[in-house]
Amino acid sequence: MPGRRRPDLLPLAPWLTLAVLLLPVGAGLAGVIAPAFGWFPALGGVTVSLAHWQALLDWPGLPDAVWLSLVTGLGATAVSLAVTVMICAAWQGTRAFAVIERALSPLLSVPHAAAAFGLAFLIAPSGWIARGLSPWATGWAQPPDILITQDPLGLSLMAGLVVKEVPFLLLMTLAALGQVPARRSVLLAQTMGYGRMAGWILTVFPRLYAQIRLPVYAVLAYSCSVIDVALILGPTRPSTLAVQVLDWLSDPDLSLRFQAAAGAVLQLGLILAVLAIWRLGEHLVARAGCACIRRGHRMARDGVMRAMAMGLALVMALAVGLGILGLAVWSVAGFWTFPDVLPDQFTWRNWARQGDGLARIAVETAVIGAVATGISLALTVACLEAEYRHGLRPSTRALWLLYLPLIVPQATFLIGLQTLAIGTGWTGARGAVIAAHVIFVLPYVFLSLSDPWRAWDARQGLVAASLGAGAERILWRVRLPMLLRPVLVAAAVGFAVSVGQYLPTLLIGMGRVSTLTTEAVALSSGGDRRLIGVYALSQTVMPLVGFALALALPALLYRNRRGVLDRG
Amino acid sequence: MFARLTAILALVAGLAMPALADPDPKDWEAVLEEAKGQTVYWNAWGGDPRTNDYIAWAGEQVKERFGVTLEHVKLSDTATAVSTVVSEKAAGQMAEGSIDLIWINGANFAAMKENGLLFGPWSEDIPNWALVDPVANPALVQDFTVPVEGLEAPWSMARVVFYYDSARVDAPPRTMLEFLDWTQANPGRFTYPQPPDFLGTTFLKQALLELVTDRDPLYAPVEEGDYDAVTAPLWDYIAALTPGLWREGKAYPQNGPAQRQLMADGEIDIAISFSPGEASAAIANFELPDTVRSMVLDGGTIGNASFLAIPFNANAKAGAMVVANYLMSVEAQLHKQDASVMGTPTVLAMERLSPEDAAKFAALDLGVATLSPADLGPALPEPHPSWMQRIAADWEARFGVSK
Repeated sequence: MPGRRRPDLLPLAPWLTLAVLLLPVGAGLAGVIAPAFGWFPALGGVTVSLAHWQALLDWPGLPDAVWLSLVTGLGATAVSLAVTVMICAAWQGTRAFAVIERALSPLLSVPHAAAAFGLAFLIAPSGWIARGLSPWATGWAQPPDILITQDPLGLSLMAGLVVKEVPFLLLMTLAALGQVPARRSVLLAQTMGYGRMAGWILTVFPRLYAQIRLPVYAVLAYSCSVIDVALILGPTRPSTLAVQVLDWLSDPDLSLRFQAAAGAVLQLGLILAVLAIWRLGEHLVARAGCACIRRGHRMARDGVMRAMAMGLALVMALAVGLGILGLAVWSVAGFWTFPDVLPDQFTWRNWARQGDGLARIAVETAVIGAVATGISLALTVACLEAEYRHGLRPSTRALWLLYLPLIVPQATFLIGLQTLAIGTGWTGARGAVIAAHVIFVLPYVFLSLSDPWRAWDARQGLVAASLGAGAERILWRVRLPMLLRPVLVAAAVGFAVSVGQYLPTLLIGMGRVSTLTTEAVALSSGGDRRLIGVYALSQTVMPLVGFALALALPALLYRNRRGVLDRG
Repeated sequence: MFARLTAILALVAGLAMPALADPDPKDWEAVLEEAKGQTVYWNAWGGDPRTNDYIAWAGEQVKERFGVTLEHVKLSDTATAVSTVVSEKAAGQMAEGSIDLIWINGANFAAMKENGLLFGPWSEDIPNWALVDPVANPALVQDFTVPVEGLEAPWSMARVVFYYDSARVDAPPRTMLEFLDWTQANPGRFTYPQPPDFLGTTFLKQALLELVTDRDPLYAPVEEGDYDAVTAPLWDYIAALTPGLWREGKAYPQNGPAQRQLMADGEIDIAISFSPGEASAAIANFELPDTVRSMVLDGGTIGNASFLAIPFNANAKAGAMVVANYLMSVEAQLHKQDASVMGTPTVLAMERLSPEDAAKFAALDLGVATLSPADLGPALPEPHPSWMQRIAADWEARFGVSK
């Protein structure tokens, strides 16, 4: 800029980002903690007391609900991570891996609720699998009275979470793998006689895990406090703590809101406890790994394990794929009962009925998602670039702050936030909904992008600088092009997160802003699989386009310069 | 300076205005005038496409006739609307709230009334109130025994019915005790939505009404009666019933629609409903086989009314009243009772209508699985809402936690 230097606003970016995340969360938290201790003047709560904690402790289902949340959260995360690691260890760098990648990445765009509905329809006693085998193989003329979904141990709930979290962790792993010399490390280990899987787990995984740790924590917190999947697949006597809190929150007896607030604070404590347990587990696993290296077993015969990893990946892809196919069939189904494999008749009526409304809502969803993702991406890149140029590297503690929106249970902190939003008169508008989405989109975008960004080889920047390029030019001409894949993946993740937001849209939009997800959940309370099929499909297609672009664009743009996107 | 003063005055006037200028339904012409051009945000459960279609139809009508724009805010749970109003009150937003009209009844109404969250009284002053007969149909002025006092206008009637697949069930049980025998003979083929879902709690109340010797305590607040003694027969009954339920009572459908899905999947043979037209509607929607039929219990089933309420801080109170009045009109009620639209019973009293209008209602085709008003039998009034909450909590402690 000739004449005047533009003021450098970049160092302010981290503060702005933290403000965007923390002010609403802080306000929301205050709006939870105060009623948990009896303070909520609008409902006549003007004294501080522990009575509501007593009421919470007196609820007979509490121990079971807490235990269930704990076990399903830890279990689903451990299994998801283990499966992801198995798949990568067994097949990363092979042609088969590309197949697995292609089979699993579309699953990422399937909204949790849609995947859960699809899975439920597959595995229920009256579901597609049972229909396929009845009556010729099973002899069942009517569905058997067996408890499969809603099982008391939460196994189907865990399954529903695992099929969705593995693709997420796999994508995070892929994005991070570009910065770890995986192929060379595994080759080296193999020359020392290690099996492929053992070599990967012992040499690549420790470095990789450091990069995907925060996404894993996000999965853990999510699995512990998930609502929609638990409603569809989880046990009900009692359900998880998060579901119970939402039940109390939506009870006509307004005094239960205090108990809900106490439950939400407990949920927060539960998540912190689960994170602590996980952290302990990390140490134990690391020690076991070191011990394993010291013993020197090469574990070269891993053929069965590799086949198993492939099998698991395929079963997962099939489960979600068939589930979505099932919903697609339902969306055009006429009457369809057990044990028919296909409906009696097909009809477009279910789609025609939604018609115009669906198109309008799809556009609204896309606009909100695109703007929220754009803002989040801009803030993230600004933060990361400020960190690089000005050495404003956030402390670990500051990084944890980023996690607050993902760790604090949505249901209750949003109620506090809604009160704040009403106080400022900024509700019911698309802008307010976008702002609320940014709170949840930004951490995921930051999570997805920060590790690949930081792991970028800064010598590339030095080379460019020595050729006379300024900081701006290095950013736009070297760094961003080289990091195009992780940037687009982060944008796709952010967009998918935005599309999937239910409570923020509903509460901040005051029901006046409709997205595919709010419509889908409102309709799914009516339980009609045909309508759920229509909306779940629409809801799936939208982020799918984002992910397809994220994967296809770099390959397309750099088809002559593949080295730019080297994955090591 | 002068401009600023004017602005401040306008602001002060603006703050004071809503309280002063609440529309008066007794001056209906003025209400109609004020409503013109208003947008009414109607918060209503959005889980049923047929109801959604009906609301969209009503929106077209009021737009054309009264210039009122009706926006259906689709809720998955009415309590969301209640918490919105609570949040608005908490934030000090005493006017221009985001909700103009709520589809409401029972405990949600009781909670809003008790907390002073409703506008009114207004409903007994709107023109079409003349078409209902609260003496013959006390459910219109006693919402779960809570006096309505003009704070909400009825727009639909509901009755407990059961629907069953006549291809699989020859002789459905006709009393709660017969249900016990039937589930023991057909284990795993009956269930009810898990309390505190309102339909599941309604099943408990229906059983309680049949099992008690004296119903009077149920119509007073629960604190005034001997709860343990009154409900003891109910818990004995449910304990005996549970082993014969679907999944032996280890899991329950979470709401009415989920229960209907079990029926469609052939997992159960009998289901409870609060809408006499539900079975016919579901058959027309390919959701249930055309062999499904409805039935009621000997001695009557619970009946209640659905209402429309206006929050104290609604932005378009005049528009909301115009919509409520239209929904109580002959035309809107007739359309709603049509089996191909919603098939729900009208709130209007036939003897208050002109003979031509009454004839139109008599000529309606109710649908293959819908009982005629005569076959529905006597309606039992809802117990006081405090019973509902106490029973739901008690059920949860006894049966809602795995042992």
